[in-house]
Amino acid sequence: MKYDILIAGVGGQGVVLASRLLALAAMKAGFHVSTAETIGMSQREGSVSSHIRIGDETSGSLIPIGQADLLLGLEPAETVRNLPFLKEGGKVLVNTHAIPPASRPPGSPEYDPAALLSFLCAYYPDIFCSDFTELADDVGTYRAANVAMLGAAAGARVLPFKEEILKEILDAEIPEKYRAVNDAAFERARKCIRFISDP
Amino acid sequence: MTDKKLLMGNEAIALGAIEAGVQVVTGYPGTPSTEALETIARYANRCGIYTEWSSNEKVALETAVGAAYSGAKALVTMKQVGLNVASDPLMSLSYIGVKGALVLLVADDPGPHSSQTEQDTRVFGHFANIPVLDPATPQEAYELTKLAFELSHEFETPVILRTTTRVSHSCGDVEVEAGEPAPVEAVEEGFVKDRRWTIFPKLTAERHPWLESVQEKLSEHFSELNFNSVLGSGKIGIIASGVSALYVKEAVKTVRDFEKLFTLFRVGTVYPFPEKAVLSFLKGIDQLIVVEELDPYLEEQVLQLIGKFHLPVDVYGKKNGFFPVSGEYNVDIVTDSINRALVTCGESLRLSHASPAVSREKLPPLPIRAPTLCAGCMHRTVFYAFKQAAKQLKKEAQTDTIFSGDIGCYTLGNAYPLNMVDTCLCMGAGISLAGGLSRTNPKAKHVAFIGDSTFFHSGIPAVINAVYNGANITLAVLDNRTTAMTGHQPHPGVGVNVLGNTSKAIEIADVVKSCGVESVRTINTVDPDSLESCVKAAKEAMNFNGPSVLVFKGKCVGITKPDKYYKIKPETCTGCSFCIKELGCPALNLDGDKPVIQDNCSGCGLCAQICPSEAICIGGVKL
Repeated sequence: MKYDILIAGVGGQGVVLASRLLALAAMKAGFHVSTAETIGMSQREGSVSSHIRIGDETSGSLIPIGQADLLLGLEPAETVRNLPFLKEGGKVLVNTHAIPPASRPPGSPEYDPAALLSFLCAYYPDIFCSDFTELADDVGTYRAANVAMLGAAAGARVLPFKEEILKEILDAEIPEKYRAVNDAAFERARKCIRFISDP
Repeated sequence: MTDKKLLMGNEAIALGAIEAGVQVVTGYPGTPSTEALETIARYANRCGIYTEWSSNEKVALETAVGAAYSGAKALVTMKQVGLNVASDPLMSLSYIGVKGALVLLVADDPGPHSSQTEQDTRVFGHFANIPVLDPATPQEAYELTKLAFELSHEFETPVILRTTTRVSHSCGDVEVEAGEPAPVEAVEEGFVKDRRWTIFPKLTAERHPWLESVQEKLSEHFSELNFNSVLGSGKIGIIASGVSALYVKEAVKTVRDFEKLFTLFRVGTVYPFPEKAVLSFLKGIDQLIVVEELDPYLEEQVLQLIGKFHLPVDVYGKKNGFFPVSGEYNVDIVTDSINRALVTCGESLRLSHASPAVSREKLPPLPIRAPTLCAGCMHRTVFYAFKQAAKQLKKEAQTDTIFSGDIGCYTLGNAYPLNMVDTCLCMGAGISLAGGLSRTNPKAKHVAFIGDSTFFHSGIPAVINAVYNGANITLAVLDNRTTAMTGHQPHPGVGVNVLGNTSKAIEIADVVKSCGVESVRTINTVDPDSLESCVKAAKEAMNFNGPSVLVFKGKCVGITKPDKYYKIKPETCTGCSFCIKELGCPALNLDGDKPVIQDNCSGCGLCAQICPSEAICIGGVKL
């Protein structure tokens, strides 16, 4: 078994936490796991991505081009930026909530989230798009958008382990203070997606 | 009994060091090395380990050396650029050797993701005659850390554990000893006076033959270790170390029965080169492909061996252009490069790539997301103030200003639209560089920026030099009370040590005064109307004849909770976007034709101070 997940977003969105939760769940399910993320400069409003490789054998932590089975995009532009990692027929979940860059240096293209979303849909028609930031904000805090997307991934049945395992990890890893709101975000997203994806 | 834990490479190194019985741990923060010391600090009290963030890497190494001379086991952590700072004591130490054990964790950064250089510590180990271990995974990092302590103790030499970003900062499942970390029984004999601890030409001459003999013994020893492993039995050999070895394994797997075509040799102990083991590997093959990030270190070692023993093996690596000489590798780069070598070898087989549904070329234009100063960062206020002061001086006296930056968050002062960094070389260099520029551009004003942690790291000697030689420069110390860019570690100015205990805080203003700087002022950047006072102070300091220092004190927004936020009154805002164009603050954004302030505002109020139509005001209190 080999299953590669890529999470993409902007510094501060909780990419690293989300990847840690997936990695712990994969380990609990009995797989080897390796993750790669860049820490440092990218914390300051930069692009952040995390590679999570799950499988029966230990591998290098970077997913090769065109091999990711699942792309969790916490932000439209960052999703598109990382699209070449996704394999043909791979699954994409996108948070439609755009985060425009802090400054527009000369030569930086105009940010048009709607155009990027339609680009994504053209290549991956069965993509899941939703404003997970708004969904998380609705249940308590926009900060839980990352956990909402994990809920959506579970609901869409695109993870290589049972969603109960992921729930157990969430309960163990998220500090009690924030648990209720994260649980709510996870559940709301899981149910929304399942409703959409059930035939 | 073992446990399986999800550990970052640096955390795995920390646990390995604790299990090896480490007693003293020192270091200076530097991405990607930082988490090793931070993890050990978490267990320091329980395990009886002395831990410190030292003021720089040279000091960290010398502190650890003192402990090792006393028979203790010591660990020093730094990034590759920090090794340059520590290289002076290190080069002498290799002659003297250690008692106890001394391990240096040095994290390299191919890419580079957050570094000034792509230098290769394997080569540094070779240069310094210090053994280098090169793990590929967090699991290996854990195991090789323990081996490093054993080797150091047994061979009385410092040992370098060299990682790369993809080992230090990747997480993986690591099998560790069960239970909470506890130190093994530690032996500490205390310092015993002996002439061997005092380097002197006579001692150096005596020790050099010893140093050379250790290299031979270690090379022999390494040839026996299973960290250097062989897979397959084909006529085409591939040799690799570190994470590149994993990329190779994944790349060749796309060929059925790859074991019959290739023989893979993975080097875990890279210096001294495990000659015997590599020689027996080379004797079974005709063609050799060398896969390694950064310098052609393995390639040079192998070429020497092939020449020394007149072996009929063709080598494909960086030196003949088959592999990139710079940048980080991945499976795709390795696949393409191996395929190029296979073509030249006359092999018909090719390793295959997965082809993405969407290639990079097909992507629509994407916004550039350059790293930038945080919303509300005090540095933005200071940079902006100097920009205004420089503009005024230009207008009043046609004087140009040159800004010398330094390493840290304030390097981000180079970002658009501030553009406040004209030079940046290495830590502490901004001050001395400004001094040099002042000699050759005497009509211009020279301003050097440095952070608080960097000031203590290597800024002080440069200040002393400026005073002693009468350099006409202004130094702006951007004191946000932490080492922010590496993850908010304390430093000698903070008054707290790595364990969170109170220590004596060293006042930067007092230090520069005692260095002889006559014009010294401390300015608070926390006031909501700080811009005006900052501009005034900057101008005065720049007009002072001789070295002048301004210490700007504020709070890093990464570790303080904002107490208020600002808002834009839409009825007053004219939509001129001056705030956005001038500041590049991530909290300011255009919504339609007028700027808005977003949730990440941390209430510095700089935008309110520059708004030409006074449309920005306090929006409320942050809970």
